[in-house]
Amino acid sequence: MRRGFIVVPWALALGLALAGCPREKRDFRSLPADSARTQPVRLVTLQPGSVLPAQKFSGPYDGNAYGISQGERLYVQYNCVGCHFHGGGGIGPPLMDELWVYGGSGQNIHDTIVQGRPNGMPSYGAHIPDDQIWMITAYVRSLSGQVEKPAAPSRSDELFPRPSEQARPRQQPKPEKARQPG
Amino acid sequence: MILALLLPNWIGGHSSLHSHGVQAARIENLWWLMFWVCSAVFVAVMVATGIAITRKTLPSGPPGPIAPQSRRRMTRVVAGAVGVTILTLFVLLFASVSTSRAVASLGAPKATVIKVTGHQWWWAVEYQDLNPSRIVTTANEIHIPAGRPVLIQLSSADVIHSFWVPSLHGKRDLIPGHDSAIWIQADRPGVYRGLCAEFCGHQHAHMDFLVIADPPDRYGAWYNAQLASSTLPATPSQQYGRQLFESGPCAVCHTIQGTDANGKLGPELTHLASRRTLAAAILPNTRGNLGGWIVDPQSLKPGSYMPANNLKPDELQAMLDYLGSLK
Repeated sequence: MRRGFIVVPWALALGLALAGCPREKRDFRSLPADSARTQPVRLVTLQPGSVLPAQKFSGPYDGNAYGISQGERLYVQYNCVGCHFHGGGGIGPPLMDELWVYGGSGQNIHDTIVQGRPNGMPSYGAHIPDDQIWMITAYVRSLSGQVEKPAAPSRSDELFPRPSEQARPRQQPKPEKARQPG
Repeated sequence: MILALLLPNWIGGHSSLHSHGVQAARIENLWWLMFWVCSAVFVAVMVATGIAITRKTLPSGPPGPIAPQSRRRMTRVVAGAVGVTILTLFVLLFASVSTSRAVASLGAPKATVIKVTGHQWWWAVEYQDLNPSRIVTTANEIHIPAGRPVLIQLSSADVIHSFWVPSLHGKRDLIPGHDSAIWIQADRPGVYRGLCAEFCGHQHAHMDFLVIADPPDRYGAWYNAQLASSTLPATPSQQYGRQLFESGPCAVCHTIQGTDANGKLGPELTHLASRRTLAAAILPNTRGNLGGWIVDPQSLKPGSYMPANNLKPDELQAMLDYLGSLK
């Protein structure tokens, strides 16, 4: 009886802590429409007038292990691997380094997938639901260590010649130094 | 279990205790043998215990030495009981092994071969043929000719599943990277429900399928109908629906033969309207259910890999017109 007084509050506290953990949250319903961006995405830092703060929005699944693992599944199934391989790049640019031609923020990557880019990147906007694009975005960011480590995949089903996303060192994105298209 | 015994026939379309195939019949016989032997053992133990309890008690005081005659009798009784136990276990072992051997193969040289692949959370069904133009692909519904052996080749696309049609046979696991096979045969025409019998994630409980055993001539007619390409749209609405299907997210995962939609991630929809159920046999295939499934699958099967589709009302109606025409 006495024991119950100790165990129950601890169990409740643990349960609440886990329930509030964004890493384990699973949103099966699609995202509401207001998750869409409000500001246009800037691909360069040059701006007229006063410089606006850098865009920080990295996407709704950034620290969410479920969203990232779904993104990993979709990355293979929708054939991102066909060009980008498992991050090392081939036909398309590598995604595990610090160079981002069109910006490395979640917003940038999302828009690159939706709109497509010149010289080879197809536009997937009409073909992949928006929340799945955000999942793929979160996974692509995990390839260069941009997401919180505990949420990144720690093991993969593929035969990998490199460490898992979780064990990868974080790359500092350098959009300016990337090669320009065209 | 008592409920299962009392029910006059199977409920929900499947029961191991109401077999409809030669193999399930052997498994059912084995089950009944074990049931009656174990019941007899249970009764015998209960009777022996009752006798021991109700026997007249010995006079109180320290127990005296056991008479040699009584000791010999006791030895004989114990040895006899051990012998009977061993014999019973061997009978059950023999019955079990011989049943396993008998159901393992139906060994027909010219059987129908069907490749069934387990996905989270549905079944891909592909009828094998040496002539590639006679390969038929469908999902969640396996038509077989009644009274003939069918070889089912099993593989998994993701995690471990288990193929189980209780009215026809036992279970067979689908292990990723390790193909397996199972023979089935339905003695009579009918619809038998099958299910995934190995936990495989969120919607494991909603991963069912139907085995439809047809008389051989009806099976042949069904097969020939499945060989055909998809129906061409006959109305402007169906035409619009097909256009939406081909240009939208649907075509990324689903295939409709004869159109630009050739995705391989979800179930084949070439003859969707000829199927009885939707979403791995959890919903009857009606226009309303199909509409609900397209617009909000996550309320019907939370966690399923079918995403919600934001179609406008006229787009949804056109889509349903088109999908409803795919007989």
